[in-house]
Amino acid sequence: MDNLIKKAKELLENNLVQVVIGYEKGNTQKSRPVFIFKAENADKLIYDESCHYNLASYITRQEMRHTGKMAVVANIHALKAMLVLANEHQFIEGNVIALAVDGSSDVTELKTFSEIEEYIASHPVELKEKEKVLLEKIKALSKEERWEFWQNELARCFKCYACRAACPMCYCHQCTVDCNKPQWITVAPHQLGNYEWQMMRAMHLAGRCVDCGACAEACPLDIPINMLTYYLSESIESNFGFKTGTSATKLYVLSDYKLEDKENFIR
Amino acid sequence: MKLLKKEALPKLFEKINSADKVIYAPVENHGQLVYRRVSAYDEVKKDYIQTVQSAKYVVFPKIEKLLDYQNSKDGTSLSEAVIDELPEIVLFGVRPCDAAGFDVLKAVFTWDFNDKFYIERAKKLTIIGLSCSKCDNECFCTSVGLNPGSTKGSDILLTKNNEGDYLAEIVTDKGQAMVSLCTDLFSDHKDDNKENYLTKVPVKFEKDAAIEKSTKSFENEQIWFDQAMRCLGCGACTYVCPTCSCFDIQDEGTSAKGIRYRCWDSCGLSQFTIHTSGHNPREEQSQRWRQRILHKYSYQPERLQVLGCVGCGRCSRSCPVDMNIAEHVETIAEIEL
Repeated sequence: MDNLIKKAKELLENNLVQVVIGYEKGNTQKSRPVFIFKAENADKLIYDESCHYNLASYITRQEMRHTGKMAVVANIHALKAMLVLANEHQFIEGNVIALAVDGSSDVTELKTFSEIEEYIASHPVELKEKEKVLLEKIKALSKEERWEFWQNELARCFKCYACRAACPMCYCHQCTVDCNKPQWITVAPHQLGNYEWQMMRAMHLAGRCVDCGACAEACPLDIPINMLTYYLSESIESNFGFKTGTSATKLYVLSDYKLEDKENFIR
Repeated sequence: MKLLKKEALPKLFEKINSADKVIYAPVENHGQLVYRRVSAYDEVKKDYIQTVQSAKYVVFPKIEKLLDYQNSKDGTSLSEAVIDELPEIVLFGVRPCDAAGFDVLKAVFTWDFNDKFYIERAKKLTIIGLSCSKCDNECFCTSVGLNPGSTKGSDILLTKNNEGDYLAEIVTDKGQAMVSLCTDLFSDHKDDNKENYLTKVPVKFEKDAAIEKSTKSFENEQIWFDQAMRCLGCGACTYVCPTCSCFDIQDEGTSAKGIRYRCWDSCGLSQFTIHTSGHNPREEQSQRWRQRILHKYSYQPERLQVLGCVGCGRCSRSCPVDMNIAEHVETIAEIEL
């Protein structure tokens, strides 16, 4: 923690960044996001196992656009999200410094995309045990049982869009679900409306989701919607050999093609 | 004050259940505590602090049909949704803060316009409240003029005493009607101080100071900016809230036929106030956060003479990034003007 505070102070004092986005002690929760604009406030920063919220989601926020350069306390999922954002040209190299934290007292300052790529390559991450178990459980269900499972789960959704708000990849200024000219997706939180919303969300994240689980964690109703995107991640990796959040330059699968691809529709 | 012996509570439940009324009570569902329709007393969760969602949906569902429309060559025909065949609903074992929340909904839905959808549902609703013997850090009813044994909004309020029996306060005529279903279950009770059986909820801020200071802080942009920095701009807080009552009206169907419905909407969402022109008077999250606080702590007290917050703490428990309304209002109440 001391290293993190020291680093944050150094960056702010030397005017290398205008804000450090990190974690502070929470009230209801053990930790919560905090924005440090002045070095003297950096003592608030903490980092422990409770700090799992993906802070990369703040990089693209409208409010942050005029803030200037920022440093983000980044666990491995936030780093992966940063690479996807970099890939999608959402920030300029050097404008966002990652302060990589891995649970030890070390803080690694990562300034370039290739530094982030290298760090991720040397820090493999897997799904949490609980998530793996649930994913396997869902995969083992028959088609009919899966349908029933999701009917049960999604009937509860009330479309608060916490999943979207917490997702570092959901940065669209206007989400498809908010379009009304024409209206692609019904606003209604009835069962069909909830299916439409969650299916659309999952499809927009196919090959972009970094498996951080922020969506499910944000869901006030505990709907395990991260299972939809995790499954897509698995399918994409096995079909295309593509692991999301490992490269700042390699296009993600749904925006890329090869001439030798076997499908005809792109020719 | 009456007394309902502990063995009489299931009997009361059965009596209501067999009287052609639908009972909603706290139950466990998908690992969460929620108010759901129940048919057996055993399903009802007795020992709990708070449900994740409020009970407001019994009078204000997340989606509700308003009318059907049909277009033909003879013109357009509309038929309003039929709402007079709703069942009588009894909310069983709801917390005093939630019960008080219904008074706020009433103030909104009967203010300048009588919303018949709300009114018809509320007419058929009876609330049996249950005082709190436990609280958590998010509870702050005592800061907003309520308390763990507040009768506001309840038709009957039950308070469990040390013997496990229930002190019963019959607050309204609806409550009396409920008692008359089974008068034998209720016995007269000597004066008893129910305070002895209630949890102590610490006061976090002065209500009047919160109203005054928040009203005068509209233009204090810094405070709203500081508070809202981490707010993600979702609608979780408003949808779990027992008093948030904003809704959207939408049509669904084809040009030939379809329905018009209303569904919950949230001031936290960026599109909430966007104009047809594209201009958005609340462009930044800090402005949306200010709206949520001021609506509850300034506008509603001024216009509806009710405070729009009952201190249930649900918004704080549900927030993905630990926005804590009590903490934030406390900061506002302590501003030096």
